[in-house]
Amino acid sequence: MSFWRLFKRNRSAVLGLVILLLIVFMAATAHLFFPEDPFRLVGKSMSPPGENGFLLGSDSLGRDVASGIAHGAKTSLLIGLMATFVAVGFGTIMGGLAGYYGGRIDDLLMRVTEMFQTIPSFIFAILLVAIMKPSIESIVIAIAVVSWPAVARLVRGEFLSLKTREFVQACHTLGMSDIRIIMGEILPNCLSPIIVIGSLMVATAILIESGLAFLGLGDPNIMSWGFQIGAGRTLLRSAWWVCTFPGIAILITVLAINLVGEGLNDALNPRLRERT
Amino acid sequence: MSRTARRLRYVFKRLLQALPIVLAIVIVNFFLLHMAEGDAVDVLAGEAGSATPEYMAELRAKFGLDQPLPVQLLVYLKNVFSFDLGYSFRHEMPVLDLVLDRFWPTLLLMVSTILLAVGFGIVLGLLAATGLNTWRDTLISIFALVTYATPLFWVGLMFIVIFALNLGWFPTSGMKNVAAFNDTWSWANIKDVAHHLVLPTITLSLFYLALYTRLMRASMLEQAGMDYVTTARAKGLTENRIMFVHVLRNALLPVVTMAGVQVGALIGGSVIVESVFAWPGLGMLAFEALFSRDLNLLLGIFLLSALLVVAVNLVVDIIYSSLDPRIEVG
Repeated sequence: MSFWRLFKRNRSAVLGLVILLLIVFMAATAHLFFPEDPFRLVGKSMSPPGENGFLLGSDSLGRDVASGIAHGAKTSLLIGLMATFVAVGFGTIMGGLAGYYGGRIDDLLMRVTEMFQTIPSFIFAILLVAIMKPSIESIVIAIAVVSWPAVARLVRGEFLSLKTREFVQACHTLGMSDIRIIMGEILPNCLSPIIVIGSLMVATAILIESGLAFLGLGDPNIMSWGFQIGAGRTLLRSAWWVCTFPGIAILITVLAINLVGEGLNDALNPRLRERT
Repeated sequence: MSRTARRLRYVFKRLLQALPIVLAIVIVNFFLLHMAEGDAVDVLAGEAGSATPEYMAELRAKFGLDQPLPVQLLVYLKNVFSFDLGYSFRHEMPVLDLVLDRFWPTLLLMVSTILLAVGFGIVLGLLAATGLNTWRDTLISIFALVTYATPLFWVGLMFIVIFALNLGWFPTSGMKNVAAFNDTWSWANIKDVAHHLVLPTITLSLFYLALYTRLMRASMLEQAGMDYVTTARAKGLTENRIMFVHVLRNALLPVVTMAGVQVGALIGGSVIVESVFAWPGLGMLAFEALFSRDLNLLLGIFLLSALLVVAVNLVVDIIYSSLDPRIEVG
């Protein structure tokens, strides 16, 4: 329970959590409040916010912007979480192996990480999605591919310092297998930084997803905030609301997740907090 | 060994280290692009409407696309090292010319963005750190937090709505007014380009501004707790002198490193910003190449961006080692 007490001390993190829960609620209830398919044309086109029964207006085809935002929340959260999950999983395995075994595996991994840091990652993600054809899976894979090296580096560093500690040496003396030491002893001890980097990565993943969808590389069957903004681009002069509101949704979501991530950091790494 | 000779050797060593990375990037991108369904011939044939299989095979043979993959890769590598990046089927001109032609607008955008973001980031971080926990610090921190969470393309569009469409202060897109000036270096032309440059630069720099502000603030605070600050204080130096001469110089180091690390991300950001503002640079060219499946062109752009990142990191390392004499260059 001390975790919650520490987390609560950071007021902005609690605010972020409340906002995030509201967004999750909006995503979960989207089909109740907006039972229609968000791609469906439901009324007069180009209605300004508040007119013709559109809370946030409609676009050039008469699609409801508010409905798109509610359904888009599901897409953003889903892709953000899945991409992070894949990236953290893969990065942890690679970083863990490199840090634990060292030697050649470590060398190889560091070369690969270096290469990934040199490749402009967003262009790389664009390329991957375009090659695999835009779909939820390809977007998740692309975001994970450009995100995992950061996790691998972090986990490698943790493993490097933990593997020389006495409790790990004791495990070796007891004759424990490598896999048990990695999974049961070292990994639990570096969960906190992994959770923190993972939570911040969800925010980045949502930003990348929206950027891809904006450029026309979103899943064509699923409503997303980036797609809404990309589609509303040409209407800037006549219908500012089509672009504006989905952008605010992205901004608030990413902001909330970042606040929660910082709160987690404060709560899970108390030593870091004392320093600043 | 003299200092200059050591520095030269260091530069040479770093160049050698960079070579395998560049090579690996070329190879990876080559295979990735070949995983894509359909090649340039499919696109050309699709556009022509009716293309017989014989004609398509003939086209493939002409472009060397009928060779086995390893052969194509070897040919490509050989070409790259003789500065021949192939031929863009779509634009009907050599990739190198095309890429170099579009390189300067991107470089202009990136340099002005880095200057703006680093400059303002340092100032804002300094202001926040010197007024720790006052309204000034809070305000700057909130600003950094919000800009850090804002999608670049959305900021760009909002800037267009406010500053270009409603206020009419800046043009909405492009790099210059169409064919108004022929002389590149005339004063009117420079002013015109600068006028078009304002909104894209501010948009692209916002995200990095947030990053540098936070970094600068944290770095200043970390340095302020160091022993040498206590010594300086004991010597009777004024607080201003300690802050601006001693602490500031040390606090700048991580900011300079970060500026180098972020160049790759900056290129990614420029794809978005260039496509929002129709800025005729590499980012927009990459986007066009993607949709016309112009493989050679995409490879050229990737290679150039990777080289750019490697080069910038090298320059940053050299600047870094002269800023901080403690760093061993040998």
